[in-house]
Amino acid sequence: MNNKGRLGLYIHWPFCLSKCPYCDFNVHVRSAIDYGRWQDAYLKSLDYYATIMPERLLGSIYFGGGTPSTMPPELVGAIIDKARSIWPCSNDVEITLEANPTSIEMEKFEAFKAVGVNRVSIGVQALNDKDLKFLGRAHSADEALKAIDIAKGVFEKFSFDLIYARPDQTLEEWRTELEQAKQLAGGHLSLYQLTIERNTPFYYSHQQDIFSLPNEDLAADFYGLTQDVLDDALPAYEVSNHAAEGHESQHNLNYWYNGEYVGIGPGAHGRIWQDGVKCATRDHHAPDAWLERVEGQGHGAHPYQQLGQDDLAMEALMMGLRLREGLSLKHLAEQSGGDWAAYIDEAKLKTVINEGWAVQKEEALTLTREGLLRLNAILPYILTTEGPHRKTAR
Amino acid sequence: MSKPETKPLAQIRNFAIIAHIDHGKSTLADRLIQTCGGLEEREMSEQVLDNTDIERERGITIKAQTVRLAYTAKDGIEYQFNLMDTPGHVDFSYEVSRSLASCEGSLLVVDASQGVEAQTLANVYQALDNDHEIVPVINKIDLPAADPEKVKAEVEDVIGLDCSDAIEASAKTGAGIEELLEKIVTILPPPKEGDADAPTKALLVDSWYDAYLGVVVLVRVIDGYLRKDQKIQFMSNKAVRIIDRVGMFTPKKVELDALGPGEMGFITASIKDISETNVGDTITDEKKPCESALPGFKPSIPMVFCSLYPADAGDFEKLRDSLGKIRLNDASMHYEMESSQALGLGFRCGFLGLLHMEIIQERLEREFDLDLIPTAPSVVYKVNLTNGEQIELYNPVDLPDVVKIESIEEPWIKATILVPDEYLGGLLQLCQDRRGVQIDLTYAGGRAMLVYRLPLNEVVFDFYDRLKSISKGYASFDYELDGYGENDLVKLEIRVNEEPVDALAMIVHRSNAESRGRGMCERLKDLIPRQMFKIAIQAAIGGKIIARENVSALRKDVTAKCYGGDITRKKKLLEKQKKGKAKMRQYGNVEIPQSAFIAALKMGDE
Ligand SMILES: Nc1nc2c(ncn2[C@@H]2O[C@H](COP(=O)(O)OP(=O)(O)O)[C@@H](O)[C@H]2O)c(=O)[nH]1
Ligand SMILES: C[S@@+](CC[C@H](N)C(=O)[O-])C[C@H]1O[C@@H](n2cnc3c(N)ncnc32)[C@H](O)[C@@H]1O
Ligand code: SF4
Ligand SMILES: [Mg+2]
Repeated sequence: MNNKGRLGLYIHWPFCLSKCPYCDFNVHVRSAIDYGRWQDAYLKSLDYYATIMPERLLGSIYFGGGTPSTMPPELVGAIIDKARSIWPCSNDVEITLEANPTSIEMEKFEAFKAVGVNRVSIGVQALNDKDLKFLGRAHSADEALKAIDIAKGVFEKFSFDLIYARPDQTLEEWRTELEQAKQLAGGHLSLYQLTIERNTPFYYSHQQDIFSLPNEDLAADFYGLTQDVLDDALPAYEVSNHAAEGHESQHNLNYWYNGEYVGIGPGAHGRIWQDGVKCATRDHHAPDAWLERVEGQGHGAHPYQQLGQDDLAMEALMMGLRLREGLSLKHLAEQSGGDWAAYIDEAKLKTVINEGWAVQKEEALTLTREGLLRLNAILPYILTTEGPHRKTAR
Repeated sequence: MSKPETKPLAQIRNFAIIAHIDHGKSTLADRLIQTCGGLEEREMSEQVLDNTDIERERGITIKAQTVRLAYTAKDGIEYQFNLMDTPGHVDFSYEVSRSLASCEGSLLVVDASQGVEAQTLANVYQALDNDHEIVPVINKIDLPAADPEKVKAEVEDVIGLDCSDAIEASAKTGAGIEELLEKIVTILPPPKEGDADAPTKALLVDSWYDAYLGVVVLVRVIDGYLRKDQKIQFMSNKAVRIIDRVGMFTPKKVELDALGPGEMGFITASIKDISETNVGDTITDEKKPCESALPGFKPSIPMVFCSLYPADAGDFEKLRDSLGKIRLNDASMHYEMESSQALGLGFRCGFLGLLHMEIIQERLEREFDLDLIPTAPSVVYKVNLTNGEQIELYNPVDLPDVVKIESIEEPWIKATILVPDEYLGGLLQLCQDRRGVQIDLTYAGGRAMLVYRLPLNEVVFDFYDRLKSISKGYASFDYELDGYGENDLVKLEIRVNEEPVDALAMIVHRSNAESRGRGMCERLKDLIPRQMFKIAIQAAIGGKIIARENVSALRKDVTAKCYGGDITRKKKLLEKQKKGKAKMRQYGNVEIPQSAFIAALKMGDE
């Protein structure tokens, strides 16, 4: 089900029509945007990566945000054309665009398709107006249904996102909503439990007890119910991502496989190989500063940070264990320079296995459903305190 | 050798200023210094004798201070005053007694709006023990609430001191200061003995470490002289040194050629370590020693113990150095290395009392920039073993197995509390709750004077804070040690997943054990974060569980979203958690963050 070894390209579009109270993405609301200037900047950045990263096979492009569905289709098209001119790609290249289900945006679906987008991910978030209002969304449930309907007709692949475990939501309400989502879905769903992020409006109202979230036990039940409802048709292939066989997001899988990807746009991150060393890239966060940087130096990135084997091993563990197929131990061995046992305390791993939270088969370490639920606790638990601390990978 | 020119005895007055805290000792000293011209107006800061930041901030004097002043009296003669400002707090009563031993008189400062307080009493009794002549100074008469007549009556009534010579003064406005200076000449006696021709004999009053001068020794000369270049001997340890500086404080440091009979001042003699200078020692001439030493002082003994651990294990060496530096100036603080399973490597420290403990912790944190984990304060127990031996127990963890113990004795104190009538009930209850035994209850000037015997262990917790809150700050308290007594004491042990947490062990009276144990279990339950496994918290006496709580196992902890842009941030968090594990302690299959134990210790007793 994968595109291993191919390059991913992430394009960050940092603008939204309004800001949702739970969201901590790098998002700005602007009344006027100089699209020409932005286009030049994206294309210029791509030129830069063309020089330092020739000879890659492009596996996916992902327009994320922000709200990329507010981009002019011509701008999206120009970026796609440029990328394709730099890196060869096969027919199955996945080109996703995140879309908000408001009427203006769904009307553009055809146009996006015409410039090369072949998959949309729609931010539906809830299927009832009361919760949409609570979440501060600018669209209604009806609009969302319509957007899904249009997407179905236009794209061969599409997905939508829901946020659940909302304040006062009951398990029964969620079951009903989820059953509906299952019917509406194409081959892919992203289902996120509502997370309170620091410095968002929700963070402050939650602190002031204006609303409260389901407690830990109920949240666990929400998660379990979600798996029960979807296991037959749309099983989770990652903690929060569900897909029918063959519909997994290639772009996101590349993150979880610790693949190579270029990140362009304010605040975008990348992981690229340079001279045999894997490097972390990070573009300047502020939109205007990013533009100026690109215009000045040809790209918007801060100096790269070389990743050592410790970093690679940690990233492999953090990301790989999120997958249903688990973490390939061969992959971990490659990342850690062979001695992955130096990173994982075997006695503790045994305890985790005995508790029924993980399964170790020769080629993979896989978390069970109960294990996935505890991932953030299991990771620090099984990690040894002293890794080998090598400076950089070979 | 020609005789140096020093003041004749008749023109010397050595006196201390004693008072309950905040009654105005330091301010009065300022006024006397200013009036005698020791400092120019522009050099005066408030409470010039309080040197350290903590002294100034808390408004307490910790180290005794001495100044020499020149005062020309109405009789036309210029007198030499050696004035000592003494610490006001019970913990430092030992310093007070030392200071008093080097003087012949005291100014007893009593706040005209507050009247006699517990430390007023304690200090007066010490002054009387030292045969002091006492001049009562009724201070703060400028305050609207001042009632000098009533306070004088109280001094006569409660202390039995004649107040016909008492002076009504204000250290703030300067009222009464001229009169006081005259009274110092006319009422306080000059040094009683002092033979200029006899071999050198001087009392070592105090010593401290000065970064430029090395150890500075505060002395009171009895007979003979101390001069520059003189070879002297410390009689207690026979150490021989050559004096390289002789001088006085005015309060500025001024060098002199010599100190003569009856005079006070300082010497330096290239001494590196204050442990060589025993307070109360006799200093004499190496070639021509005096016949007998002065009686000296009892050494101070630490009464309150606690362990100090660095919050960051990497700071252990820094803590060791810092304790060493503090000890350079404070020989009454003791410390010894120890290691705890829960908290790592640290030190068991002994202090004179609770305030002393607090001040040293504060100095370590502020002057030395250390982040500390102090354990609950404890006292020194005497444990009688079945084999007839007696051991001193400095740390509850070290209590031998119950079957080997015949009995346990704990230190007691005799506490004197003065309190306005309306709060008496609350205080009686407090003393009762703390296993106190009432000895006396009398009334003086609208206030009750309570005398109680209390186990020191019950006082080291938060007795003083409770006393202040019950009495809205009006009660005053002082204590002296009053021997050891046997009692039904047990070791209360806190266990996490069946394993004892050494840092939380304490010795308590059996009657309190259950409530203390339950309190600690409840506290820990709130402090220990949920983990993948259930955590059992128990309190036990001997092998018997008296309280238990559970922290139920975590069911869900997973980040919903984790894509390319999230990796770096999440990895940093994981690295931090991984590093944090070095600060975790393993109990069964769970790791408890040290911070939970620290918080449990910080929450105190209630
Ligand atoms: N109004 C008034 N305040 C005074 C007088 N003497 C001292 N104080 C104040 O009382 C407080 C305690 O004085 P301090 O000299 O530090 O007392 P000590 O603790 O005995 O040394 C300070 O705030 C002084 O300013 C006085 O004569 N009148
Ligand atoms: C980049 S965001 C938004 C994409 C698009 N702008 C939208 O709002 O529909 C991708 C998804 O993350 C999810 N998300 C964002 N913040 C969240 C939060 N605090 N808790 C849970 N899910 C969140 C939402 O489901 C959202 O659709
Ligand atoms: S959730 Fe989507 S629309 Fe809302 S602020 Fe975030 S990125 Fe913008
Ligand atoms: Mg003072």
